Amino acid sequence: MLQIVGVRALRGKRTAMLTVSTGLAVLLGAASAMADTTVKWLHLELDPGYVAIWRKIADTYEAKHPGVKIQMQFLENEAFKAKLPTLLQSSDAPDFFYSWGGGVLKQQMATGALLDLTTAMKANDGAWQKSFNPAAIEGLTFDGKISAVPFKLGTVSFFYNKALFAKAGVDAAAIKTWDDYLAAVKKIKDAGIVPIAGAGGEKWPIHFYWSYLVMRDGGQKVFDAAKNGKGDGFNDPAVVKAGEQLAELGKLQPFQPGYLGATWPQTLGVFADGKAAMILGFENTEGNQKTNAGDGKGLASDNIGRFAFPAVTGGAGAVTDTLGGLNAWAVSKKAPPEALDFLAYLNNADNQRQMAKAGMIIPAAVGAEDGITNPLLKQAAEQLAQTTWHQNFFDQDLGPSVGRVVNDVSVGIVSGQIAPKDGAAQIQDAFEQDQL
Amino acid sequence: MTDISATSTIRSTAPSKAAIRRKGSTGRGRLPVLLLFLPPALLLFTLFVILPMGEAAWYSLYKWSGYGAPTDFVGLRNFQVLFNNTAFLTSLKNNALIVVVSIIVQIPLAIWLSTMLANKIAGVVLFRLIFFLPYVLAEVAAGLIWRFVYDGDYGLFASLAHLFGVETPYVLADKDLAIYAVLAVIVWKYFGFHMMLFIAGLQSLDKSVLEAAEIDGATGWQKFRYVTLPLLASTLRLSVFFAIVGSLQLFDLIMPLTGGGPFNSTQTMVTFLYNFGVTRMQVGLGSAVGVVLFVICVTLAFGYKRIFMRND
Repeated sequence: MLQIVGVRALRGKRTAMLTVSTGLAVLLGAASAMADTTVKWLHLELDPGYVAIWRKIADTYEAKHPGVKIQMQFLENEAFKAKLPTLLQSSDAPDFFYSWGGGVLKQQMATGALLDLTTAMKANDGAWQKSFNPAAIEGLTFDGKISAVPFKLGTVSFFYNKALFAKAGVDAAAIKTWDDYLAAVKKIKDAGIVPIAGAGGEKWPIHFYWSYLVMRDGGQKVFDAAKNGKGDGFNDPAVVKAGEQLAELGKLQPFQPGYLGATWPQTLGVFADGKAAMILGFENTEGNQKTNAGDGKGLASDNIGRFAFPAVTGGAGAVTDTLGGLNAWAVSKKAPPEALDFLAYLNNADNQRQMAKAGMIIPAAVGAEDGITNPLLKQAAEQLAQTTWHQNFFDQDLGPSVGRVVNDVSVGIVSGQIAPKDGAAQIQDAFEQDQL
Repeated sequence: MTDISATSTIRSTAPSKAAIRRKGSTGRGRLPVLLLFLPPALLLFTLFVILPMGEAAWYSLYKWSGYGAPTDFVGLRNFQVLFNNTAFLTSLKNNALIVVVSIIVQIPLAIWLSTMLANKIAGVVLFRLIFFLPYVLAEVAAGLIWRFVYDGDYGLFASLAHLFGVETPYVLADKDLAIYAVLAVIVWKYFGFHMMLFIAGLQSLDKSVLEAAEIDGATGWQKFRYVTLPLLASTLRLSVFFAIVGSLQLFDLIMPLTGGGPFNSTQTMVTFLYNFGVTRMQVGLGSAVGVVLFVICVTLAFGYKRIFMRND
C-alpha cells in the first residue's frame, strides 16, 4: 500500500517537473538525458553507522536506476552553516542539503536559491505531501510554498547519567519545576559531580536553555508576538524573566570546567565519559554520545535516563510544549529531476522506518513511527505526539542574524557577562535592525 | 680599492650606452609587445583585484543577505553599525595588540636569537631549522595543535597542571586570558620568520666595521647597540612591516584556536568579517568591514613605506 502511494507520488512528481517553465524543463531534460546523472547530497551526519544506512539506501536506489549516481558530501555543522550561502550560489551547489527549516530556509526560498516543491508535493492529489506528517509540511511552508522535503522531527530534552544521579541522591522523576531543577543541580554539585555538560564554545547548545525558559515563561503568545514584531517584542517581562532564571542557573556554575571553549562533540564526550551528570540534547543524544566517547563506547543505554525540560511555576507555557528540530532536505534550484526522485525514495515510509529502527530519527513520514525501537527515542516520539506547541530552534526560526545574537546572548547571560535585561534588549535591537 | 671602483664605473657606463641604443630601436616595436603582454595581466588584475574591491565598496552600502542581487540601499548605516559594535572595536584593539606584541616581544626575541645563530658555530643549521619550523607549519594545523596543548582536560596544560598539583587553567575559555594564549601562539609561530630576516641582515653586515669597533675597545653590548643595530635598521623596519601586515591578515590561526571567542575577545578584523558578515549572512556589513580593512591596509602600507622605509 505504502509502496503504491510512493510510486504514484513519483510519477506525479515527474509530470509536474516537466510542466515547470519551458526553459527550466529543457535544461533539466538535457541534464537527465545524459548517460550519468550525479545527485549531490550534502549532509552533516557524524555517526558512521547512520551514514552507512543512508549509503545502503542510496546503493539500492542506484541499482534500480542505472545511470544515476548518488554522491554523499559531508560538512561539519558550523562549517556547513557558514559555507552554505556561498556554496548555494556557486556552480558547485549540492542538489539537496540538510535544513533546520525556519527563518534560514524561508530566506533561502525567498531569494530564489531553492526549488519550490509545492507542485511536486501536490501532484496526484497530493500523494507525496500526504505521505508526511501534516505538522512537518506546515512547518516547512512559507508564503504558501512547500520549501523542503520533511526528514525528521526532533525534540530537545534532558538526558542524565543514572549512576551519577543515584550517587548524588537525586531522583530525576521528581524534577517537575525549574526550582526543583536548580535544587537538583546544587545537590549534584555538592556531591562533587559536574552537573551539566555544556558547549559554550559553539553557543547554540546553550541557547536551548534560554529558548525553553522563554517558552515556559511566556508561552507561544509571547514568542509569536516577539517574532512578528508586536508588543514589547523580546523586551517582554516574560523574556527578561527567562534570562534571569538562566543567570540563576549560571551562578551555580553547573557546567564542566572550560565549557566556554567547548565544542558540541567535546561536550557529548564529557557526558559520555561520565564526567557530567546531565546534558540538554537532541533526541538522538544516546547514539551521539557513543560516537564522541573517549573509549568509543560511552554510557550504556540503560544508564541513560531522560526527562522533559521542567515547568516554570506561574509561567504561561505548558510543560508539554516542545522545542526541537523539524529537519528537512532543501532542494537547490538547479537540481536534476533525479534528485527529487531519489528524495521521494529516501523519505518513503519504508526507508524512514529503517532509519527509525536504527535509532537515528523520529520519522516525518506517515506510518514509519512503528520503526522506533529505542526506548529513549520512543519517549521522545511520544512527547512529540502529545505536544501542545512544537517550536523550531530559536536560532533557526529567527533567521541567521538574529539567531546568532540569541546564541551570543544566551552564553553571555549564563556566564554572567550580560545582564538578562540587556540581553533581551540586544536581541530586540538585532531583530529591529533585521526588519529595517 | 681604487681598482675596483674604476672597473665598476666602466661596467656601469657600457650597458647604459647599449640601453640608449636599444631604447631607440624598440620605440616602434613597443606597441605589439604591450598589446601582447599587458592585457592578460591587466585582465586578471582587474577581474580578481580591482573589481571585487569595487564590488565590496558597492555592497557595503546595502543591507544584503548574499542571495540574489542587492536592492535594499541603506547608505552608510553598515559603517555606523560597525563602529558601534563592541566586538568590532575589540577586533581593532586586538589587531593593534598583535603589532605591539610583535614589536616588544617577537622582534627582540628574533634579534637575540639571530645574533647567536648568524655565526658559524657547530649545530647552527640545526637550531635555525628548529626555530624556523613553526613558520613552515600550516596555520590551521598549528592552531589545532595549540588547541590541544591548551586543552584543560586532555592537553599538555592539563598534564602540566596535574604534575604540579594545581587546578587546570582553561585558557582558551577565559575571556581575559584567551587573547594572551593566542598571542603566545602568534609569537611562537612567526618569530622564526623574523629571525631568518635578521640572520640574513646580519650576514650581509660589513665585518670590518665591527672589527674596527673591537679595536677601539667596544664591549659586546656597545658593539651591538652602536654598530649592529643601526646597520640592521632597514631589516628591522621590514620586519615591523611584516608584523603589521601579518596582524591585519590574521585569520586561519585564530579560527581553529578560539573562533574569535569567548565573547569575541579574540576577534581580529578578518575573523570579525567572517563571523559577523559571512556566517550571519550580512554581506553588506561584511563588505563594510572589508572596506575599513582596505582603507587601514592602504593607509598603513603607504604611510609606513613613506615615513620609515623611504631610504630602503
